[in-house]
Amino acid sequence: MTIVPALDLFVAGVVLVVAVWTVAVRNTSSAVVGFVAYGLLLALVWVRLGAPDVALTEAAIGSGLTGALLIGAAARLRAGESTVAAERPGVPVRLLIAALATVVAAAIAGVLLSLPDPAPTLAPEATANAGATGLGNPITNVLMAFRAMDTMLEKVVLLLAVLGIWSLSPDAAWGGRPHLPHRAEPDAALEFLARVLTPVGVVLGIAVLWVSADHPGGAFQGATILAAMWLLVLMAGLGEVPDIGRRRLRLALVVGPAVFLTIGLGGLVVSGAFLSYPQGFAKPLILAIEFAMILTVATTLGLLVAGPPVAGPPAAGSAAAGSPARRAAP
Amino acid sequence: MSEVLVFGLCAAVVAGLGLYGAIVDPRPLRKILGFNLLGSGVFLFFGVVARRGAAAGFPGDPVPQALVITGIVVAFSATALAVTLLLRFFETTGSSSLRDGAAADGARDTAES
Repeated sequence: MTIVPALDLFVAGVVLVVAVWTVAVRNTSSAVVGFVAYGLLLALVWVRLGAPDVALTEAAIGSGLTGALLIGAAARLRAGESTVAAERPGVPVRLLIAALATVVAAAIAGVLLSLPDPAPTLAPEATANAGATGLGNPITNVLMAFRAMDTMLEKVVLLLAVLGIWSLSPDAAWGGRPHLPHRAEPDAALEFLARVLTPVGVVLGIAVLWVSADHPGGAFQGATILAAMWLLVLMAGLGEVPDIGRRRLRLALVVGPAVFLTIGLGGLVVSGAFLSYPQGFAKPLILAIEFAMILTVATTLGLLVAGPPVAGPPAAGSAAAGSPARRAAP
Repeated sequence: MSEVLVFGLCAAVVAGLGLYGAIVDPRPLRKILGFNLLGSGVFLFFGVVARRGAAAGFPGDPVPQALVITGIVVAFSATALAVTLLLRFFETTGSSSLRDGAAADGARDTAES
């Protein structure tokens, strides 16, 4: 049994090396690549901690989507990066900050070593009440039933983030379409990948949601796969982000929270508590919420990566100048 | 349960590293990266606490695990908003420097070039 602790030490060591590299490396694009690698390694750690659902989320959102977002930003900010980097504080200040960071890390480590034993846990209660929903995955139970309020509010946070991003668009661009930079030259390999992988990915995304009733998976993880497929199609130049004023797009954005709220308020009438499900109807209602949610979350995640709308074809002088807004599909 | 100690200490160091990066690096995008590292260290610590709560046949307490999933999604939306703010700032001022007066310098450079 010594091989498993040794592997844990090895994985933790690699995670730390990649984290140090992410902070220390000079080039921001390299740092983003380091962060993506860090996220994927962290997914391994989550599996070791007995949390495959979190591992899926970390790999898909924490590593994949965040990476896609940051790598695009790093490319656009490359101009003038070195001048800003030169504003780094001097050695004494850096040492002071390093001391502060060490104190914080030591405090967290101290808390770890002084945690109460036996650890408080809600696992027995989660098991005892699992029968009430008819779902076998305890995480889905917590997300969709026991702590459904958190999940609903998180939908609202996602929606607010999209509104915040849209509100950063120049006045003239309001109602226009976000521009996702894609390669200007025809890229047959990427286009082929987008055509072949997308149907498989869409099926996989819905499957990840479907199995989450009893196995690791869930609406977020499934939605992230769908969003990734959408972004792949956009980046291959096979489609365009719709205008943000489009009614169908807005409908897709609100259908998740709306269904969630309606069923939640229905619980108030039927069972006497907000977001409570009537006896025997929990599973179909949860599935209805999750299927409405996967559409909303996938659209939202895609729009979060796509950014604010830019006016029509990219204006001269902007970072995206020179790349045609649309390339005719063959 | 040696993984609790190993990954718990790992989480503490990652949080410290993220904090250092977020404060020291003057580039806003690197601050966002550092902040994400800091957050992921905190999530990992929470996951370690969940692991300690393994009971009733579960490998970990499902409640903190579900909260971490929510946390990761919220962290992503905050990051997306922060990156968009930064890009808009860069577009407007011509520089991503947060130094006092840097925005005016950047705008002048852009106007001259």
